[in-house]
Amino acid sequence: MEFLIMQSFYGFSYGSLLFILSCGFTLIFGVMKFVNMAHASFYLLGGYVGITFLKWIGCTTLSFFLGIIVAAFTIGLLGVFIQRAFCRGLFGQDLPQVLLTLGFALFFDDLVLVVWGGDPVNVAVPEWLKDTLTFSNYHFPIYRLFMISTAVIVAFGLWLLLDRTSFGAKIRATADDEEMAGGVGIKIPLVSAGVFGLAAALAAIAGVVGGGFLSLYPGAGLIMIPLAVAVVIIGGLGSVKGAAAASVLLGLIDSFGKAFLPEFAYFTMYLPMVIILVVRPTGLFGKA
Amino acid sequence: MLEVSNIHTFYGDSYILQGVSLGVDKKSIIAILGRNGMGKTTLIRSIIGFTPPREGRITFEQKDITRLPAYKRVDLGIGLVPQGRRIFRSLSVAENLKVAEVKGRTGWTSEKVLSVFPRLQERIDHRGDKLSGGEQQMLAIGRALMTKPSLLLMDEPSEGLAPVLVHVMQESISLLKQEGLSILLVEQSIGVALKVADYVHLLSHGQIAHSLTPEQLEADNEVKLRYLGV
Repeated sequence: MEFLIMQSFYGFSYGSLLFILSCGFTLIFGVMKFVNMAHASFYLLGGYVGITFLKWIGCTTLSFFLGIIVAAFTIGLLGVFIQRAFCRGLFGQDLPQVLLTLGFALFFDDLVLVVWGGDPVNVAVPEWLKDTLTFSNYHFPIYRLFMISTAVIVAFGLWLLLDRTSFGAKIRATADDEEMAGGVGIKIPLVSAGVFGLAAALAAIAGVVGGGFLSLYPGAGLIMIPLAVAVVIIGGLGSVKGAAAASVLLGLIDSFGKAFLPEFAYFTMYLPMVIILVVRPTGLFGKA
Repeated sequence: MLEVSNIHTFYGDSYILQGVSLGVDKKSIIAILGRNGMGKTTLIRSIIGFTPPREGRITFEQKDITRLPAYKRVDLGIGLVPQGRRIFRSLSVAENLKVAEVKGRTGWTSEKVLSVFPRLQERIDHRGDKLSGGEQQMLAIGRALMTKPSLLLMDEPSEGLAPVLVHVMQESISLLKQEGLSILLVEQSIGVALKVADYVHLLSHGQIAHSLTPEQLEADNEVKLRYLGV
């Protein structure tokens, strides 16, 4: 029983991180039909911005949360710049999109190597987050609880934005029918830049939160990309709800898979993706 | 207010509009009739900016709009009721109206749209994909009005509607004209156009084959048979 609860908790918390990482990825996919292979670079760069900021200002509770905001803001602006400068002419062209953004991913990896060096590093974390919470026999690392809370806040914020604001309605209208959205006067370039910036900011949040938990190094982004792709395929292209469900599912599979079949750790993560592609290619929450 | 001068529009490699010119004056209804595949929808798509012409010029209120993206044309006062309605399916009725709202000039509001189409008020929280064809058509018109247009492009508004709804549609078009709107109306069937239009162009193989008044068209059986098959 204890094993079951703890493994579920580990899986759920890892899934939370996957969700923060991949919800922006699925949003770009769904709204702009854009495949952004550089999404995990925003995760990596966000983490390093957090590390640098905390090194510079010192790590306290306040500065840690400030670091998350600074990283989200900086990387969000970078995302807007990349979208405006490079991605505008590539609507509907999958292959050039993949090549361009894969190029960016490799470029950013090398940039990280030049600026921050090649050693694995972690985001500094305030002391109280390193503690554990104990209920009778169970010891819950507070950092993992923090990851879950962040994911819940991100999910709630996204729901508010997409379902309760007029900008959110414009984003959904653009996802439904981009051409017609232009035909009722929705400023498509503004929506595209906004969604790209938002997605980059969310990846950066995942980078800082994940960087306090997993190590960051050049190439760490490229390891996360297949996971984000798996989440998007299992959850359904463009569905934030689907991304949440798929992230938790993958987190649990990873956690139990590593416990029962450690030799197959990578295999078990991608097995559900293969099954979904065969059985229900639109994903759990995807539209045909 | 709208001047289309000698436009040539391609759809991929197919050469669809082969030198079309026409004008729409203030507070008038111009109908474009023609059989399927003659270029009617391409004409609308050229004017709204979905498929800009390769050659020729389109001006609106003396402004050259030939190369503007669609959303900027809407901002200038061109509204679109597209073929197939194209309601945003995951948005509610209220949201479909809201996203189209153009601010900064006077004109239609959602209250006014809902008073003209009370049926939409009853369905205000329903998603776009849960509406009937007639309701979707009302919403498509209402949505276009929210952009506060001075010129409305309507692409087959009566398509697929029951006869009683076609009549409702025709009445709303007359009402919009009384409100001072200009309308460019594309139709496959002759009925609505004859009742509301001030002037009719017949489109055939990407060119305007005939231009005449509804009365002249009504009387000319040979033209009707040749270009409309009726």
